[in-house]
Formats: sequence, C-alpha cells, structure tokens
Amino acid sequence: MSRLLPHPLLSLALAVMWLLLNAPVTPATLLLAGLVGWLVPFVMLALRPDAVRARAPGVILRLAGTVLVDVVRSNIDVAKVILGLNRGERRTGFVSIPLDLRDPYGLTVLSIIITGAPGTLWVQYESATGRLLLHVLDLTDGDDWVRRIKDRYERPLLEIFR
Amino acid sequence: MTDTDIPLWAACLVVALALGGAGFSLIGAIGLIRLRTFYERVHAPTLGATLGMALIVAASVVFFSMDEGRLVLRDLLIGLFLTVTTPVTLILLGRAATYRDRTEGNADAPPDP
Amino acid sequence: MSAPLILAYGLGLAQAMLVLAMALAAWRVLRGPRAQDRVLGLDTVYLNGMLTIMVHGLRTGDGLSFEAALVIALLGFAATLALAKFLMQGEVIQ
Repeated sequence: MSRLLPHPLLSLALAVMWLLLNAPVTPATLLLAGLVGWLVPFVMLALRPDAVRARAPGVILRLAGTVLVDVVRSNIDVAKVILGLNRGERRTGFVSIPLDLRDPYGLTVLSIIITGAPGTLWVQYESATGRLLLHVLDLTDGDDWVRRIKDRYERPLLEIFR
Repeated sequence: MTDTDIPLWAACLVVALALGGAGFSLIGAIGLIRLRTFYERVHAPTLGATLGMALIVAASVVFFSMDEGRLVLRDLLIGLFLTVTTPVTLILLGRAATYRDRTEGNADAPPDP
Repeated sequence: MSAPLILAYGLGLAQAMLVLAMALAAWRVLRGPRAQDRVLGLDTVYLNGMLTIMVHGLRTGDGLSFEAALVIALLGFAATLALAKFLMQGEVIQ
C-alpha cells in the first residue's frame, strides 16, 4: 500500500479485465489498461476498506484445486439426486458448524465456496458465537459434513487469512 | 447458419461442451420442478450457474479462439462474474426465506445455528 | 458431415434444451407456491436466458452476443437481489 498505488491487486485485476474486454492487445489498449488500473483504485480510497492480507500462495492454489474438484463432483451428485438415480432414502436438512474462522474476507470466500458448490447452502452465520448454519441437500452420508467443511475449506482459509 | 472454417474436431468439441453445459442447466431446471421444499429447490439452479455455465463458457472460448485465430478469453469474465454473484443472490434469498418462515412460525423453518 | 453442419445442429439442440430449462423455471415462477420460489424461478430464467444468448452467439459466430449476455447477467443479479431484499423487509430501500 503506497500512496501512488493504493491497491496493487485491484489495479492488476482491472488492467487484466480491460485487456480481456479489448483484445487483441495493442500498444493503445495496453496504455489505457495501465491508466484504468492505476487511476480507478483511487476511488476505493474514499471507501477505506480493510486491507486484504492473503498469505501462502501455495495454499491458495491447493484450495482452488480442491474447490474445483469438489464443485464438479457435487454437480454430478446433485444431478443424480434430481434425476432420482440414487437408491434408498435421501435425507435433507440443516447442519450446524462451529467455525474458528473470524476474518471477514475468509468468511466471504468460505460462503462463496459453500454456496457455489451445489448441494450446500450457507443459511446463517452468527458472528457472536461463530456458528454457521448450512442446508445440505443430501445428508445421507451422515455427520461428517462438519469435519468435511472444517478440514477441506476452513483450515486452508485459516492459513491464508491469518 | 454459421459460416466459419474451424476444423471438424474443434466443431465437435464446441458442440460437446455446449451440449454438456445445456444438459446440466436443464437438469438444474428439472430439479426446480421436482424437488419438494424451497430449501431443497434452492440447490437446483446452482448446477446451471457452476458447471453448466463453465462448460458453455469453455465452448465459447474454444469457438472464438479457433474462429479468430488467437486466444479469446473475454468470456471468462462472464464466468468470473457469475461465480461471484450467484452465491450472493442465493444466500440473500435463503436469508429472506428463513426470515419469512421464522416470523410465520412454519414447521420447516431452519433451526437456530 | 461438415463442421458448420455439426455446429448448426448441435448448438441448435443445446439452445432448445436451454429454452426448455427456461420454460420449466417459468413454470416455477407461475406456480409458486411462496414468493421465494417465484424469485428463485425468475433467477433461473435469467441464468438460462443468458446461457441461451451465449450459445446463440456461438451459432451465429457473432461476438456481440457477449455484451448482451453480460447485460442480462448484471440485470438478473440486480433484480434478484432487489426482490430478495424486498422479501426480507418489505421495502427495497430503507
């Protein structure tokens, strides 16, 4: 965070977005992308957001891989449920999970992961107690949902947003 | 009618990706009809918003990259946008349903966390 | 079979599937039973409409459909958020 470049990550994201929208890359679009990426983040100064401190790029990549695999798998699972391909009784219901994660950005990423994967919905988070209420479409697997969320997503997020 | 000169294998790949994406979206919409309660149904459109959207975006990237002879990645922006916005709408909709069910004292209202 | 023919038939079939998905979601909008079901159905109509436009762009080889799809995605997001907020409080702006 310097005064010349208040939000470097946002600047990079904006410049890349500009280049994607205005491909193919020419010197003119490159110059404009640089200008957009440099000037627009100054708007954010008026909003004074808390600084994002994401660490451990290796963990971020591993988490992204886990999420990608899980999203594809749960897509297929939910498709099976909808088409009625599963034998036996299906239970559906709410699961309550005690979270150790307190960082607002970490919780944001966790909510996007959980809701983005079909079959699980983030219903309510109580910031006073740190308890999270989930709705799960297919509860038949038993009570390992708590461990699944905590092991697969919360632990990497705790490392990233320390 | 398309008048492109993309190779046959690319056309087959594009069609396979688009049909897969459309299939997942359709299954999601069927789920919207078949599942019984609101909290079950809310999971269904996520199918189209994740894998369905991703496959169609991939088809689009392959097609326009082959068609224009360079890497065209701008459709990934739609994917990024949907990935960030779909959870927001679904969480807020879930919260609204929770609030309504709780104030009315319905039997299938979510319990306290 | 030639590449344009495969594209025309295959993408046409994909479009038909997406339109069917839109029709099913629209049925949920009409049927309800609660307001949140209707909003969920409307969100699905928006989503599948956006995907239909993207596949249409593939079929015609027209890059401009991208902009249309992006606008629909934005409108769908804003509309669903406003409706969900309305369901929660009864007022959109408070």
